[in-house]
Amino acid sequence: MLTQYLFYFLSFLAIFSALLVVFSKNPVQSVLSLIVTFFAIAGHYVLLNAQFLAAVHVIVYAGAIMVLFLFVIMLLNLNEDSEPQKPGWIKFAATITGGLLMVVMIAALRSAAEMPAPQKVDASIGMIKNLGHVLFTDFALPFEISSLLFLVAMVGAVMLGKKEIHNP
Amino acid sequence: MLAVLIYKLILVFAILGISLVVAMYSTYAERKVAAFMQDRLGPNRAGPFGLLQPLADGVKMFMKEEIIPSVSNQTLFIIGPCIAMTTSLMTSAVIPWSSDLSINGTSYPLQVTDVNIGILYLFGVVSIGVYGIMIGGWASNNKFSLLGALRASSQMISYEIAMGLAIIALVMMTGTLSLREIVEQQPGGHWNILYQPIGFIIFIVCAFAECNRTPFDLAECETELVGGYHTEYSSMKLGFYLFAEYVNMFISSAIISTLYFGGYNFPFMHELGLSPNMLALLGGLVFFAKIFFFIFFFMWIRWTIPRFRYDQLMNLGWKGLLPIALGNIALTGLVMWLTGKIN
Amino acid sequence: MQLSGKSIVVSKKEMSFLEKLYLPAILGGLRITLKHLFRKKATINYPEEKRPFSPIYRGMHVLKRDEHGAERCTACGLCAVSCPAEAISMEAAERKPGEEKSFREEKYAAVYEINMLRCIFCGLCEEACPKEAIFLTDRITPSDFQRNSFVYGKDKLVEPVDADKRVDVTKRQSTAVLDFKTNTKLAHNK
Repeated sequence: MLTQYLFYFLSFLAIFSALLVVFSKNPVQSVLSLIVTFFAIAGHYVLLNAQFLAAVHVIVYAGAIMVLFLFVIMLLNLNEDSEPQKPGWIKFAATITGGLLMVVMIAALRSAAEMPAPQKVDASIGMIKNLGHVLFTDFALPFEISSLLFLVAMVGAVMLGKKEIHNP
Repeated sequence: MLAVLIYKLILVFAILGISLVVAMYSTYAERKVAAFMQDRLGPNRAGPFGLLQPLADGVKMFMKEEIIPSVSNQTLFIIGPCIAMTTSLMTSAVIPWSSDLSINGTSYPLQVTDVNIGILYLFGVVSIGVYGIMIGGWASNNKFSLLGALRASSQMISYEIAMGLAIIALVMMTGTLSLREIVEQQPGGHWNILYQPIGFIIFIVCAFAECNRTPFDLAECETELVGGYHTEYSSMKLGFYLFAEYVNMFISSAIISTLYFGGYNFPFMHELGLSPNMLALLGGLVFFAKIFFFIFFFMWIRWTIPRFRYDQLMNLGWKGLLPIALGNIALTGLVMWLTGKIN
Repeated sequence: MQLSGKSIVVSKKEMSFLEKLYLPAILGGLRITLKHLFRKKATINYPEEKRPFSPIYRGMHVLKRDEHGAERCTACGLCAVSCPAEAISMEAAERKPGEEKSFREEKYAAVYEINMLRCIFCGLCEEACPKEAIFLTDRITPSDFQRNSFVYGKDKLVEPVDADKRVDVTKRQSTAVLDFKTNTKLAHNK
C-alpha cells in the first residue's frame, strides 16, 4: 500500500521534473531538474529492490555526470540571452522527429496493453550478491566487452584532451 | 512496528543531536588546537576555559544581518547551504555506533539502518554533497564564489575516484558492503588497518580532500579567492556552510574508524567477561574515542601542513593516488590468491 | 652580489622517492606541532595579568606637581619645540596673586594639550623640560571611539593634588637621569 503511494509520488516527481528540464529557460535550472529526475528514478529502483542499481545510478549520474554538465554551463555562463535562435529547417526536423517518436511510443504502449501479467520474480535479484554473481557468470562476456568500451572511450578522451605537439 | 518506529525516531534524533553538538564543539576544539600549536591559549573568555564559546558564536551568527545579493539567483542561493547541511547529516544513518543493546529480551541495534550497500550509500551522499557548494557558489553571482565552487567540486569528484578504489580493496577483503558486517569482521584488535595500510593512507588523504580541509582547502583559499564559494554568504547561511564542514569532519572520522580501526571493537573486549550490554556501552565510548582522535588528527594536519597548489592537487589525485590505489587492488587480489582466500 | 652573506643557493634537484611520498616530511611536521602542543604558552591574559613593564617604560604623560601641590609647568614651550611629532600645544597665562598654591612659577600653562594620536612616546619632552614637570609614566593610553577624545588636556594630564594619588615617577628620576640633567660638565648643561 505504502509502496504504491510511493510509486505514484515518485512517478509524478519524475515526470514533473522531466518536463521542467525541457521547459525551463535557465540551463542551470534544467540541469537541477534533471538531477531531481535521476533521484526519482533511483527511488523507483529502490522500490524494485534494486538497491545497488539505485546507489550506482545516484553516484554515476547525479554525482558525476551532472556535475560535469553543471561545470560546463557554469563556466560558459549560459543564460537566456545567449541561446541561439534556431533556423526554420531545424524546427521542422525536430517536429518530424518528435512525431515519429510519438508514433513509436503509441505502438509500444498498445502492445504493452496486451502483455501478460508480470511474473513473480525472485525479490532478491537486485541485491548486490546476486547481481555480482550473474554479472560474472552468465553475463561475463558482455560485462567485459563494456569495460573494454569504457577503456577505449577513456583513451579517446585523453587523446582529445592532449595538446598537439607541432613538429617544427 | 510502532515501537520500532518510535525507537528509530529516538535514535535518529539522538544521532542528529550528537552530530550537531560534536560539530559545535569541533569549532571550539579547532580554535583551541590551533592556539596550542601556535603557543597561544585560544578562546578562554566565554565560560570556564571558553567552553561557552560555540554558543556565543552561534548567537553571533544568528544575530548577523542576512544579506542576499540582489543579482543572485535567490532560490538557489538559499538551497545551496541547505543541501550542504542535509547531505553532511545524512551519512550518519548507516554508521553502526555500537553493538546491539538488549533490554527485556528485545535487541535494539545502535544503527539507524543496516542497508546492505552501506558504503555505496555513503558514496552516493558524498557525491551529492558537491551540489551544495556548486549551487551556492554559482548562485552568488560572484567570480570568486564561482571559482571556489569549481575548484571544490572538481577536487571532490577527482578524489572520490581514488577513495572508491581504496575502498574496493577493502571490500574485496571483507566481501561485503554493509558497514555493520565490516565492523563485525574486525573483532578485538584485528583491525583492517593491519591488512590495508596503503588503502588507509589513500583513504585518509581523500577524506581530507572530500572535507575540503587543509592541505586541500583550495576552495576557500583566502589569499586567492577571498572566501571561496561562501564569499557572498552571511549570517546563518554562512554558518550552515561552516557547520556542514565540521559535521563532514565528524562523519569522516566515524567512517575511518569504522572501516579501518574496528569501529566499536577494542582489544581484549571478549577477555574482560562483561555482559553484552556493558560491552555495547563500552564499545560506543571506544568508538567515540577513536572518532575524537581522528577529529584531532584532522586539526593537527590542518595546523601543520601548508596548502597545495591547484596543479599539485590534481597531480596528486590523478597521477599519485589513483595508480597507487589500483596497485593496492592488484596487491590485495594477489595476496588473497596466494593465501587461498580466492581461487 | 652578496649583501648579507646569508643567501642560500636554491637547488632544484629531483626529489628522491621518499621525498616524493611527502610522508616522512609530513610526519616530521606533525612531530614539531605536537611538541608545541605541550609547550608553555606565550599568551598573557591582559586585564588579569600584566606584562611587567621596564622601569623606564614610556607610556602616558603626567604633568607633575611639586611637594606643596603646585603645578611645576611654567609653559616655556620647550617640550612643544622638542616634540618631533608636534603633538604638544599650550597657552601660557600669568599667575594672579593668591594663586601661589596652585602654580609654582609666575607663568603657567592655562591650556596644555597633547594629541595622543600624534605622540610617538619618544620622551624628548621629558628630556627637554627644565622644570621636571612632564614625565612619561607606565600608564597606557586607553583606546577610544572618537578622535577628539585623544587630545588630552590638563584634566587628564595633571596629577591629582592628594599626596596618596600622586603618580610615582621616581624610577624615571634615577640618579643617572638626574646626573644627566644637572652635571655641569656636560655640554648641554653649561
